[in-house]
Amino acid sequence: METLVEFLRTGMASPGITMLLNNPNFVLIQVLNSVSMGMNFFIIAAGLSLIFGVLKVINFAHGAFYMFGAYIMYSVTETMGLNFFWGVVGAGVGLVLLSAAIERTLFRFVYDKEHLLQLLLTFALVLILGDFAKILWGTEQYSVSYPDNLAGATNLGITYYPSYRLLLCLLGPVIFLAMWLFIEHTRWGRITKAATQNREMLAALGINVPLIYTSVFIVGSALAGIGGALASPFNSPTPGMDAIVIVECFVIVIIGGLGSLWGTFVGALIYGFVFNFGSVIIPNGQDIFAFLILLIVLLFRPWGLFGRPEMEGH
Amino acid sequence: MTDPMTRSTLMGCVATLVFLLSVPLFHSAYLIDVVTEILIYALFALSLNVIIGYSGNVSFGHAAYFAIGGYTNAILLTTYGWALVPSFVISILATISAAGIVAYFCTRLTDIYFAMLTLAFSMLVWAIAFKWRSATGGDDGFVGILIPDLIGDRTRFYYFTLILVTASVALLWSICHSAFGRTLVAVRENAVRAGFVGVNTRLMRWWAFVIAGTFAGIAGAIFGMFHRGMYVESAFWTQSATVLIMTLLGGMFSFFGPAIGAATLFILERITNEYTEYWPTVLGVVLLVILLFLPDGLSGLARRVHAFTTKNK
Repeated sequence: METLVEFLRTGMASPGITMLLNNPNFVLIQVLNSVSMGMNFFIIAAGLSLIFGVLKVINFAHGAFYMFGAYIMYSVTETMGLNFFWGVVGAGVGLVLLSAAIERTLFRFVYDKEHLLQLLLTFALVLILGDFAKILWGTEQYSVSYPDNLAGATNLGITYYPSYRLLLCLLGPVIFLAMWLFIEHTRWGRITKAATQNREMLAALGINVPLIYTSVFIVGSALAGIGGALASPFNSPTPGMDAIVIVECFVIVIIGGLGSLWGTFVGALIYGFVFNFGSVIIPNGQDIFAFLILLIVLLFRPWGLFGRPEMEGH
Repeated sequence: MTDPMTRSTLMGCVATLVFLLSVPLFHSAYLIDVVTEILIYALFALSLNVIIGYSGNVSFGHAAYFAIGGYTNAILLTTYGWALVPSFVISILATISAAGIVAYFCTRLTDIYFAMLTLAFSMLVWAIAFKWRSATGGDDGFVGILIPDLIGDRTRFYYFTLILVTASVALLWSICHSAFGRTLVAVRENAVRAGFVGVNTRLMRWWAFVIAGTFAGIAGAIFGMFHRGMYVESAFWTQSATVLIMTLLGGMFSFFGPAIGAATLFILERITNEYTEYWPTVLGVVLLVILLFLPDGLSGLARRVHAFTTKNK
């Protein structure tokens, strides 16, 4: 048996480091891998963070929503034979319907309850939705193909890079910008922000607060579904993927700070870089690196990079 | 919860202990195995309740300490061929150290942040167990734990487990009912006021976390020896959630509640698996019922039924 130190040292001696030092193309590819992965995670985690910001509920079932998105993508493209775009649309619409039903029948009744109860309620959903997916799609691992016109590689001058991943690199910032503009510059966005501050006052001003809550939950959940659909070509839909993804999202939003859009964006990028460069430096060591970064951030800022310190209860 | 042991609780404990001592007399290997495992989970759930019921924080990563205890013991016993006692002691010390470090970070936070951070730490333990293949066996698990012949036989292992669990529970009981336990309850009920009267609330929560982790480690070490193996699933966060459900099902405002919850859930799982593969759905529905209708679990339900019947007499 190797000790933990030996385990890390043999990893360090891997060809990854020399390649990083000697091959700029390799570095560029790793950077693009990190950004595209980070942006995919941003789309998912932004939904989680948005829901927490307004509803103050950490939704464990967000991972299950991601999984449903990926499965719907499979059904739309492989079973129904429609193209990739409709898969993404289908995942979004499917999750809107699913999350609206869940919000109306369950979540609605627990907003005033304590956080633990809400947290566990969402865990009950994880258990039930997992079985639901098993009933609908079985336990096989499905593969989803890349969209036809993005299946190849793009010439970046010094190197080729998969076009689909480049699209993700662009899509993340677009969604970030759209969310930011919406929250900061529209009436609905401002109302949503107000709902995070004082919902009683908002209701007294004649705003339909439950409607705001429903819409935020729907939008956040749809982002998880779309994120799952977009990830499906390289992260094959399979049972149990929900439990892994939700933890990765947690790491991202804790690093960035819960409820902060900027924080989620930066957290997702950090996660992408740590994961990819970590696995180059120590093969299979990526998870450990990701958690170490989390610890370092928390040592100095327990509430995350862009979060606000929690208030003491009275 | 902090009441001294009432007569009915005492009688319940004695009756349970008499039953547990006589289990091997039924000469059913199945029964002995089931009760051994229930004892292990009962200790696991009781340990978690030190954090939840007494200090009021919800850990979503308690399985990490179960796994650390289990894996350390497995490695020392099997890979290094240590004797049981030193191996067990070192495993407990390893769990204490790990819980101490994690508690340092986690006790800076409360509520949801605390829950998420404990979850993240447990996933770090899971990731190490998963990736450090040469030590832990990775996702194949650590198979073939060697245990001393003295407890190699089923009945002897049962009594070994019973003695360790009973001693641990007695120790937990006295800790929770000491001045320390009462102070913890004060911190849970109102951290700010407890702080005003001079309680170092963060230190108290740190101790609660470490004590809980320690006894989870003991449960994990026994679990590994019982199954002659440790598997990465033991450290996965859903395992933490399961033990959390056990605690809530039994009732977190009662000392023995979590043990009752562990037994109930374990038996329910065995029965459900006879009929359907959809145990998670059943577990999810059980959880929903607890959350929406049984906020203080089975022990709370028993109390309410008792109060209702005595009132109507």
